Amino acid sequence: MTTTAPAEAAVAKRPSGAAGRSPRRRPGRIRRIGLPYLLLLPALVLELLVHLVPMVIGIAMSFKELTQFHIRDWGDAPWSGLDNYQVSVDFDAPVGEALLRSFFITVAFTLLSVGLCWLIGTAAALYLQDTFRGRGLLRALFLVPYALPVYAAVITWVFMFQHDNGLVNHVLHDQLGLTDKPSFWLIGDNSFVALLVVSVWKGWPFAFLIVMAGLQNIPKEQYEAAALDGAGMWQQIRRITLPSLRPVNQVLLLVLFLWTFNDFNTPYVLFGKSAPEAADLISVHIYQASFVTWNFGTGSAMSVLLLLFLLVVTGGYLLLTSRGRKPADV
Amino acid sequence: MSSTARAPRSPMAPPRSFFWSRRIFLTLLTGFVLLPVHVMVSSSLKPLADVTGEFRWLPSELTIRPYIDIWSTIPLARYFVNSLIVAGAATVCSVVIAVFAAYAVSRHDFRGRRVFTVTVLSTQMFPGILFLLPLFLIYVNIGQATGIALFGSRGGLILTYLTFSLPFSIWMLIGYFDSVPRELDEAALVDGCGPLGALLRVVVPAAIPGIVAVAVYAFMTAWGEVLFASVMTNDTTRTLAVGLQGYSTLNNVYWNQIMAASLVVSVPVVAGFLLLQRYLVAGLTAGAVK
Amino acid sequence: MRRTRAATAGAVTVSLLTALTACGGGSSTSGGSNDAPRTLTYWASNQGASIEADKKVLRPELDKFEKQTGIKVELEVIPWSDLLNRILTAATSGQGPDVLNIGNTWSASLQATGALLPWDAKNFDAIGGRDRFVDSALGSTGAEGQDPAAVPLYSMSYALYYNREIFADAGITRPPATWDELIADGRKIQAKGGSALGAEGANPSENIHHVFVFAKQHGADFFTADGKPDFTGDGVVAAVKQYVDLMAKDKIIAPGNAEYAQNQSVSDFAKGRTAMLLWQNAAANLRSQGMSEDKFGVAPVPVQSGTPGAGTQVNSMVAGINLAVFKNTDNLDGARKFVKFMTSDAEQKILNTAYSSIPPVKAAQADAAFTTGANAVLKDTLAKSAAAMPQVADESQFETAVGTAVKELFADAAAGRAVTTDSVKAALSKAQQQMPAK
Repeated sequence: MTTTAPAEAAVAKRPSGAAGRSPRRRPGRIRRIGLPYLLLLPALVLELLVHLVPMVIGIAMSFKELTQFHIRDWGDAPWSGLDNYQVSVDFDAPVGEALLRSFFITVAFTLLSVGLCWLIGTAAALYLQDTFRGRGLLRALFLVPYALPVYAAVITWVFMFQHDNGLVNHVLHDQLGLTDKPSFWLIGDNSFVALLVVSVWKGWPFAFLIVMAGLQNIPKEQYEAAALDGAGMWQQIRRITLPSLRPVNQVLLLVLFLWTFNDFNTPYVLFGKSAPEAADLISVHIYQASFVTWNFGTGSAMSVLLLLFLLVVTGGYLLLTSRGRKPADV
Repeated sequence: MSSTARAPRSPMAPPRSFFWSRRIFLTLLTGFVLLPVHVMVSSSLKPLADVTGEFRWLPSELTIRPYIDIWSTIPLARYFVNSLIVAGAATVCSVVIAVFAAYAVSRHDFRGRRVFTVTVLSTQMFPGILFLLPLFLIYVNIGQATGIALFGSRGGLILTYLTFSLPFSIWMLIGYFDSVPRELDEAALVDGCGPLGALLRVVVPAAIPGIVAVAVYAFMTAWGEVLFASVMTNDTTRTLAVGLQGYSTLNNVYWNQIMAASLVVSVPVVAGFLLLQRYLVAGLTAGAVK
Repeated sequence: MRRTRAATAGAVTVSLLTALTACGGGSSTSGGSNDAPRTLTYWASNQGASIEADKKVLRPELDKFEKQTGIKVELEVIPWSDLLNRILTAATSGQGPDVLNIGNTWSASLQATGALLPWDAKNFDAIGGRDRFVDSALGSTGAEGQDPAAVPLYSMSYALYYNREIFADAGITRPPATWDELIADGRKIQAKGGSALGAEGANPSENIHHVFVFAKQHGADFFTADGKPDFTGDGVVAAVKQYVDLMAKDKIIAPGNAEYAQNQSVSDFAKGRTAMLLWQNAAANLRSQGMSEDKFGVAPVPVQSGTPGAGTQVNSMVAGINLAVFKNTDNLDGARKFVKFMTSDAEQKILNTAYSSIPPVKAAQADAAFTTGANAVLKDTLAKSAAAMPQVADESQFETAVGTAVKELFADAAAGRAVTTDSVKAALSKAQQQMPAK
């Protein structure tokens, strides 16, 4: 099949790729006014139905008093103005304080997780760039964590992290004797480490996959030219590979950041409904604020704040990273 | 590190440090990756006593009992079928819709093009929890207004999941279609195909790796989702990701059964994924990495 | 162009908001109908060893009901982890079952949503009258002074389950009656190398049930008489500390229990790994795990001193399951008939025997099956020394907040950190501040 043709085409087109962004001339026959909108319609309708309208409703909910007394007929629930937001951002009071702490934990967790995922993924992709025996096998193997369903993967880690019958304590305590007594991984402070390990284990293959794909787009001639200049392996990586990967990395890091920050499945399966304080990620925290304490108004307000934060970060990130590129066609 | 950057013997030959660091790194990484896989496989073959007592690397005796028991402890087969239907349908729909949308963006200039792409991508930012309840209410209201049962049905879940994977899919396919030479569809147009004919006969075949990559992504997204499935399904429509929790709500934690069931539900996805990974890399190379 | 875009966006938003106010939750105020008299949907909670086991228990009874009334009952057994969420979404959307099981401690909270049919005199008459039920069970059906939100279905209480063999080996002749005795006995068992007491440290619900009883024994309550949370009184703090100290100071609960949340402590007991367990109606559960009745003894939960009774001698919460009807059911008469059927003397005997619970119906309770052996202890406890959990609208938040605080305290204890009066008070104070402002 034509598996490699487009890839080559992409490589060949790469230098002129940026031209695709600016308005270009097309044969008049393609440009029919209605057609593009028609093609977009299904996607548009579904995005509206499942994402945008519910989100607008969610934002509206954040201005309502939606406790158990009103959820049954929440169209008639009293408007509460900015009360839910005030409660959420009053960092001297327990609710706001807990939210702020959860936020910082999430930020720290996300930065560490994304950083490690990227580091491991990039290193693995670089090491697997040359052919050697077993390379295909390793490549397949490395994708397994990514391919495993989240539930199956995380529940296996839950088993491994058990205090009495888990593998982690068996190795660290019984076999290596690194700890005085078996540690707890799913409660208490260690739970942050546990969460990070699982998240990195599950997430790095995606970075690996993308970087691997990105590496294939770097023309061989660049390496050859550098080699002729006397650059060694490590210098080639530093001078050619990493800079060439920049656009790939920019997108990769953003996507990883958003996914990790909003991840609900991993902490939920790992810890259940009430996460330990040390690993109280914001997604689970908001879930708890809404579903466990039955205050959907405050939960929505927290979600909106989270959304605003992500918008600002993403916007800022895109602004920062697009500087120096060709100005986009706004 | 830079101490190794002495003039190499031949232009492309990596230094010795590269080889030993590669060996160490890949060995450690393989161990890290395989550890849970080993636990999953070996524990699924253990008798219950082996998984409730101190951890054992290998079963004290091999038993396939867990693999027999998993089907009767919970209605695993039904969950399996549900997941297949939901994830399969969501994947097909998502891919078709994404292909259309990506083609429109890649090949046409139209007002709102940029707004569309930015909006679609920005939905990746939405915290799921924010629209879980509203979405549920919308489905209920649609159900009451039109009689189409979306809530609690597989249909509602399919609809939800396909939009989860849509943004990333569209975005990837735009990149991929951009890399398919425009001359191809222009030639098809000259041959008398309409724009849709050009899409289906020329662009789609040339973009198979990208489409496969998108399909794999969509399938995995739907196969593993927990939050929406836990609220929007009932006993007859429950999917695996939620249904598997049935093993730990019992009055004993049957780790061997949990591991066996996890393995059973993972094998089809992992096998499919590994079979298609060639396409995946090729698809990402041209698509996501533009 | 920019203007039109903004205008479109504005128009869309406005129309959405209109739609939003129009679509509330389901049929909001109507009190149910009889539009679909032939079918009922029933959500059962998971009472037996597994969901499948529950279906085997309930299906024949539901068939019996269909034979009697011609009403077909669609059964869904919902795991505890999902039940409250499912009820909440059902209440929010109006799309729910006709009849459902609720944990009896949720009664007041769910009552506040207004989604459940109030059991006024007329409704009670339809099922044979309020007098058929025992008072302690009726005490856990909703806020005081309001019509109950549900009808008692199964009653349970806590008891001390002990392993006869381990007790004999340690030279213990009778089960402990006070906490001091329990600790002393625990030490004896540990001296023999055994593990003394099991606990479900990471399960907020179990935690809350225990600290509630301890608080009663200290003469304290988590709520003031007018329903305000009061978690930081000396009695409450001492109560919580006493419970956590079983692991932290007395060390008769193994640290590993701090992460138990999936009934591992029951398995431990059934496998003979721990000598004692505080649990509600565990007999059927233990039997299903291969522990026969002669292997364990059942005794009342210890008190501070003296014998179990009212007031500070309370030694259990009133545990149990209530049966509720969704207010907007489309088969109101059928739902009432179904509740009548499920609470009939005959069905009460069958179901409560299957689940090793105690019937909250007086006539059924008098049956010999519930007055012997383990059941006698449980029934006695329910009748004399069990107290209902606070019947306040914020009960479920209270369970979560305090139960989680205790979970964190257990985690501290397990990690070897000191659990002091101050640290307990700080944790409880935080929990109290998480309660909805009044």
